[in-house]
Amino acid sequence: MTAPSDDRRRGMYGTMARIRACDERIRRGLSGGEFACTYWPATGQEAIAAALGAVLRTDDQLVTTYRGLHDQLAKGAPLGPVVAEVLTRASGVNAGKGGSMHISHPPSGVVLSTGIVGSGLPIAVGVALALQLQGTDRVAVASFGDGATGTGSFHEAVNLAALWRLPVVFLCQDNRYAEMTPAAHGQPVAHVADRAPSYGIPGEVVDGNDPDATCTALGAAVARARVGGGPTLLECTTFRLWGHYFGDAMRYIPAEELEAARRDEPVGRYRATLAADGVLDAEAAAAVDQAARDEVEAAFAAALADDPPDAGAAFTDVYLDAGEAVR
Amino acid sequence: MSAGATGVEGAGGVATEDLSMREALGAALAGALAADPTVLLLGEDLADPGGGISQVTKGLSTTFGTDRVRDTPISEAAIVGAAVGAAVSGLRPVAELMIMDFISIALDQLVNHAAKARYMSGGLLSVPLTLRTAVFGGIGSGATHSQTLEAWLAHIPGLKVVVPSTPADAKGLLTSCIFDDDPCVFVENVALYGTRGPVPTGDHRVPLGRAAVVRPGRDVTLVAYGRTVRDALAAAEQLAAEGIEVEVVDLRSLVPFDAETVLASAARTRRVVVAHHATRFAGFGAEVAAVIGEELFGTLEAPVRRVGAAFAPIGSAAVLEVAVMPSAASLVAAVRSVAGA
Repeated sequence: MTAPSDDRRRGMYGTMARIRACDERIRRGLSGGEFACTYWPATGQEAIAAALGAVLRTDDQLVTTYRGLHDQLAKGAPLGPVVAEVLTRASGVNAGKGGSMHISHPPSGVVLSTGIVGSGLPIAVGVALALQLQGTDRVAVASFGDGATGTGSFHEAVNLAALWRLPVVFLCQDNRYAEMTPAAHGQPVAHVADRAPSYGIPGEVVDGNDPDATCTALGAAVARARVGGGPTLLECTTFRLWGHYFGDAMRYIPAEELEAARRDEPVGRYRATLAADGVLDAEAAAAVDQAARDEVEAAFAAALADDPPDAGAAFTDVYLDAGEAVR
Repeated sequence: MSAGATGVEGAGGVATEDLSMREALGAALAGALAADPTVLLLGEDLADPGGGISQVTKGLSTTFGTDRVRDTPISEAAIVGAAVGAAVSGLRPVAELMIMDFISIALDQLVNHAAKARYMSGGLLSVPLTLRTAVFGGIGSGATHSQTLEAWLAHIPGLKVVVPSTPADAKGLLTSCIFDDDPCVFVENVALYGTRGPVPTGDHRVPLGRAAVVRPGRDVTLVAYGRTVRDALAAAEQLAAEGIEVEVVDLRSLVPFDAETVLASAARTRRVVVAHHATRFAGFGAEVAAVIGEELFGTLEAPVRRVGAAFAPIGSAAVLEVAVMPSAASLVAAVRSVAGA
């Protein structure tokens, strides 16, 4: 797999800027009391999502997690309805019923997002099984954190996908902490990808704060899956810069570790790389950033003006036949 | 034509064949696999030559191929999780968990994802998943292989819970579950696999959410489902000899719950016993009894009595199992107690 083109690199920067702007806007609104919602910040993990968006086709399928805003936007879920869902408005992509934790947008290939750590992997395996049986060249991606590798679901899913040679990529966003516990306290191996050989599948560790490297590695894994080469366990090392949940004081992270992670944050780093490579100069990058902030601000203005769901919506979508919901 | 031959005309003019419940379930699965290419079976040991621990899926992988009738590793969470993923991707998976106790390992997928995906997505997703499982209580399997756990599932909005008592219903209800667009848990019972009866041939469907009055009677309503229906009918037969006419209502599905049929019967007899092999304490019978009490308090001649397993694990020794599980005799005693009240 060759390195991404200049156009693709500019595209990935745009994706990262948009994610960063949206994440910052949510945190600003929560900090200032402008609105209230649950939120698990994705800042620091934008480069992985940008690569995901660059590599996958719209008809490829993604299963991600509660910390999924970056993945969902990169995969093409529409910003306005996603923001409205985070704010639990009736106009939300899931009518305010899912919230920030459970975003689903099948038209863009965001199958669903799970709030239970590890549970998305078996579901992605089932999605990949359907893609295989339907005779398509489409690929499923399971996006999850390092913490998920402690679950039985991780093992069962990777084992089954390897056994059936399914078109799925296990994309571990190794952000170094499982909730409030360092990764090293939860895994006896140095890297998540070290587990791959035990399932007989390729495993690779890549710098997840480098969109180019991630794009190349993910591109190779997806290309392999597309032609029947089976699953890959791809570990993208990164850092969760705002903790597990919004408001997390991050007392469990040593100050020097957090400082180093902040210095390595992917958006500023990629901006510098692209400027040095002559792909996107500072002025052009600033314009991209501003356009992202404007788009996000417009989405928030619209969503904040929208109504919450009607209380009656509590009883629809329980079953296909609304009459089967018991009040 | 002799009874038992294929193509016999039943009383209602429907062609039937005499099948065991095991064969009726296999016929439902074969019919669904033949009718719809999106139907997929997955579970432990279900492909040939094994054909499933209870032989329900025998022959299906040979006929339909191992792509569509899949053996899996012993991975209950992945079996149900993969079924959820396949279901939201346009397939109609029928997952099998060999013994109902094993559902404990798959509950996250069932309760947090299958049951809620339609709701949490605001209706963008459907989960047309059927989960077959079987209760193994009554054959000395011990405390981790004998539990009757449907009350756990009936408690979860978004799931449907279906429990057949006859071969005909087994075929008809399972077919309805497979073609239902919501997740259905279909609870079989090892004690019933060998029971025989007339089963409509061809595409036979029994709608979910409709209880059946399987024996009419004017004195006492006995509500049961699954294996317990057999004991209820035996109890009714015995009580008829004593002059007590028992109306037996087979719920067939717990969710959707056919309160209308239950309440209509209870209003007629004004005396009700609710019975199941599951633990009585906090069992589904408590819900049935509460609904009857709420709706018919002024009509009832006696408090609604519940019969179920005692609040203790199921021991391996036969004497321990018998001590905990209900029987036709305990149903007879319960009916007498409300009949005489």
